[in-house]
Amino acid sequence: MNSKTKSNKTNGWWGKIAFIDLEHRRVSIQKPALKIYTAFLGGRGLAGFYLKDKITLSYDDPQMPLLIFTGPLTGTPAPTSGRVTFMSRSPLTGGVGDASAGGNFGAALKRCGLDGLVITGKSASVCGIEISNEKIRITDASTLAGALVQTAHKQLAPKGSTAVIGPAAENGAMFANVMIDGRHAAGRTGIGLVFASKNIKYITVSGNKRPPVFDRTALQEASADVMRLIAASPFLMGPSGISAFGTGALYDLMDARNMMPANNFSASKFEHAAALNAPSFKKQYGFKSHGCSGCHIRCKKTGRDNRQIPEFETMSHFSALTGNSDIEVVRKANLICDDYGMDTISAAATLAAYFELEKRRPGPGEILRLLGEMGDGQGIGKELSCGAARWCAAAGHPETAMCVKNLELPAYDPRGAYGMALAYAVSTRGGCHLRAYPIGHEILRKPAPTDRFSFAGKARMIKNGEDANAVADSLIACKFTFLAATCEEYAKVFTAATGISMTGQDLLLAGERICYNERIANSKNGFSESDDDLPARFFSPSGPDALAPIDRKDFLAARSAYYRVRGLDESGMPFPEKTRELGL
Amino acid sequence: MKAECPFLKKLANLAFNRHMAKNMKQMLEKFTRRIETSGLVEPGGALFGMADDRIVWNRTDPAQKILEPLFSNLNINSVLFARPAFPYSVIIDFLAKTTRNSTIMPDDCETRTFLHDLPVADAFSALKLNQCLKARKSVIVPGGSIVTTGTISPEQALVAFSSVCFACFVKFFSDFLKHVQTDGVSKKEARLFSRIAPFCAELRPAPAGLVHGPFSMEDEIRTAMAEAGKKTVEAGLVDSSFGNISCFNGKTLYISQTGAFLNKLEGFIDPVPTDGSRCTGITASSELGAHLNIISATKDHAILHGHPLFSVIMSMVCDIEKCEKKGECHKSCPYDRNICQIPIVSGEVGAGPHGLCNTVACRMNDQKAVIVYGHGVFTTGKTDFNDALSRLYSIENDCRNEYFRRVRDVIGDISNLMAS
Repeated sequence: MNSKTKSNKTNGWWGKIAFIDLEHRRVSIQKPALKIYTAFLGGRGLAGFYLKDKITLSYDDPQMPLLIFTGPLTGTPAPTSGRVTFMSRSPLTGGVGDASAGGNFGAALKRCGLDGLVITGKSASVCGIEISNEKIRITDASTLAGALVQTAHKQLAPKGSTAVIGPAAENGAMFANVMIDGRHAAGRTGIGLVFASKNIKYITVSGNKRPPVFDRTALQEASADVMRLIAASPFLMGPSGISAFGTGALYDLMDARNMMPANNFSASKFEHAAALNAPSFKKQYGFKSHGCSGCHIRCKKTGRDNRQIPEFETMSHFSALTGNSDIEVVRKANLICDDYGMDTISAAATLAAYFELEKRRPGPGEILRLLGEMGDGQGIGKELSCGAARWCAAAGHPETAMCVKNLELPAYDPRGAYGMALAYAVSTRGGCHLRAYPIGHEILRKPAPTDRFSFAGKARMIKNGEDANAVADSLIACKFTFLAATCEEYAKVFTAATGISMTGQDLLLAGERICYNERIANSKNGFSESDDDLPARFFSPSGPDALAPIDRKDFLAARSAYYRVRGLDESGMPFPEKTRELGL
Repeated sequence: MKAECPFLKKLANLAFNRHMAKNMKQMLEKFTRRIETSGLVEPGGALFGMADDRIVWNRTDPAQKILEPLFSNLNINSVLFARPAFPYSVIIDFLAKTTRNSTIMPDDCETRTFLHDLPVADAFSALKLNQCLKARKSVIVPGGSIVTTGTISPEQALVAFSSVCFACFVKFFSDFLKHVQTDGVSKKEARLFSRIAPFCAELRPAPAGLVHGPFSMEDEIRTAMAEAGKKTVEAGLVDSSFGNISCFNGKTLYISQTGAFLNKLEGFIDPVPTDGSRCTGITASSELGAHLNIISATKDHAILHGHPLFSVIMSMVCDIEKCEKKGECHKSCPYDRNICQIPIVSGEVGAGPHGLCNTVACRMNDQKAVIVYGHGVFTTGKTDFNDALSRLYSIENDCRNEYFRRVRDVIGDISNLMAS
């Protein structure tokens, strides 16, 4: 598709994307054709459209774009629609790297009258980008170089919502985050390092334009359908759900299902779990709720000191995975990662691999010291900040890295949920739980329970889940909402916001296109079936404390089935016919 | 991992496919048995399909040709096609033929929350089904049959099928009473009512006694809950896909999991400590909040929630003509309404300002029962489920009798309907 056709501004989107060239300090506005918007929706989809042609460039090539996109629902009254996508080529995985971030940044960017930013070039010195409505300034940020996230955020907050990197990115950490409003992570694939490679320390956005909505009454009605389903969800709004306890509410469930990864995935049960669950954090630190723009679920928790309470993955990995039973260490580790701008899953998983190779448990204070070294790029921390896969390979033990496509695995043991195992393997992002999130049906029983110890039917379930979550990431809506509402309800929301009539299945077709586009992008960088795989540890017995291994033959056959359902060849590569069929 | 030999890979794939097809077929057979034993479909009447990279059916049927394209056109993994058992089939056929805009719009809670509306196709063709199912989970086809889909499990198709049957039943009887009392009944409607009324007006046998409490051991609680759930379904007080149940032992509330089948609760009960020390209730029924508040308000230890048809129908019959909250009865009725001396409350599923967690417990008075508008009934028992179940049973029968009494008040004997 050609993006440079005549503008078709409509509702939902502004029809404007800002192209920022840091090298020449130039800003231009492009107006993509409406058909680009309807084909890729926004957020992850639209960012992927702009990334595909540049994906073979190195992440630090000045021409590699840094893409920041909102969706047609961002900034509207649609439920849970305040998120924003950051995308580029991932320094960590070498493939598509993206992060969906909460906070106020997405809504604020949309209120500037822009749907997204395409940032290229490299600033000669550390810079900031300040956006106020449609005015975009590139500023000198040398005084903030090396500043911790909180320090930079506090200084910049008067300018609007902030996206800031910390010292970890500036010191070359491959899993560096961008931190939104000082506390929401755009995490996982190292987008913070892409910021640093362009010498961007921060972006601030502040706008007061009301995003155009086709039919506000219809949007209200459609939103009511979604809100009704959110209220009916025990996971979201129940007394034990994430609104009450944050995503840490999952901690007890993973423990109860014996699928909490412990000691670098050598065990699936953690003896101290009961003392480190979300209620324990609530008791020790107090809970105050806050949320992202446009979200009433408010799953984010802060303590009495107004600082973040760890999310589920962080709680689990800085306790069970690293063999730590001290709740204070878990909390401090989270705060260090936030301050330095590091991904907590990757940081913890890298440490877990390190301790396994060291054949010992972490000593007192060691986790926190090593995290500091990672962020500062000093000592052994400098080596560890390249991630588990690179560090273990350099140490001569690549099998110790619990990664897929170099991305460290989150806190769901795939031996306890076979759909999750397949989803980890085939994810375009790498070892990510959120692309398909089969935990929804395998563990949380939504929209209906499935057999977690079987691959039967899982290939199509994963493909369908990926498509649905691609829609969520592109509209943009919170993926957790999609455990209650579906594309059926969000199609009505989309139609009310944009005036373009789409059914749930129309949206899912866009989701399929978005996923396939990412498969194409990854294939250009040589990704194939050998990358769609799990660490060998999951296919052989790991000891009495681990779940039974996954049958390797069954896994490979399920992966082949996934390729057929997804329309890929036997090696997981895209077919030209399917590419054309999806308009790619 | 080392590269796999292509020949061995092919062999392994073949073996896997056979194995998976067998697993999927077993899954379909399980759900087929379930829908047949529920009485929603006659034995042998359900055609169930499930797809992974290939499609598996529970049996061979010419309709497969029309249904199979759905798997390539829609992001679904399962399809259920069946003509519901009597009287659902004739009710659905009637509603489909008489509805405007090819859509049936029931007012019950299941439809409002999960189905939204019920599209009707004017032909059983791949094209028509595809058009309707692109937007919704179900479609009614000529003759009163239903096609439903699931995106990840055949269970979704089964639940949607059950919801359509429930919604149409409630709608027909609600509409009929309204028509009788106000603007008149059409001949077709009268003919249908007189045909199905004798079947629906029958009193069901009272459920037999359940194990007596109080229960101290967890195993006893789980067994009592499973028994009560089974008997509730057997008594026709809820379809197995719906309802929930809980039992409190003073420290922990044991409650059925979300989406659990009420007549098969073994292994699907969550323990929820009431001191808030664990979050294991995250997979509990959507009504966990309501159950916790009922326990707190009544001090009773056993709670049963079913969806008995005539209780739901009668909850939606309101004589108040001028109401400032018209159209919002399901969430904010300003009146203290009762039917058969049982309080009727507003309330939507789960949490939220209009959630059942906020509306039910406060009306659980001496009757130890509450009917939720367009939704179902909550009953309680002091230590076990005997009182809860017998109360649920008697409320449903009272509501059924009250329904037919109101019809008879207008038309006299039902046999007069046809004569008039």
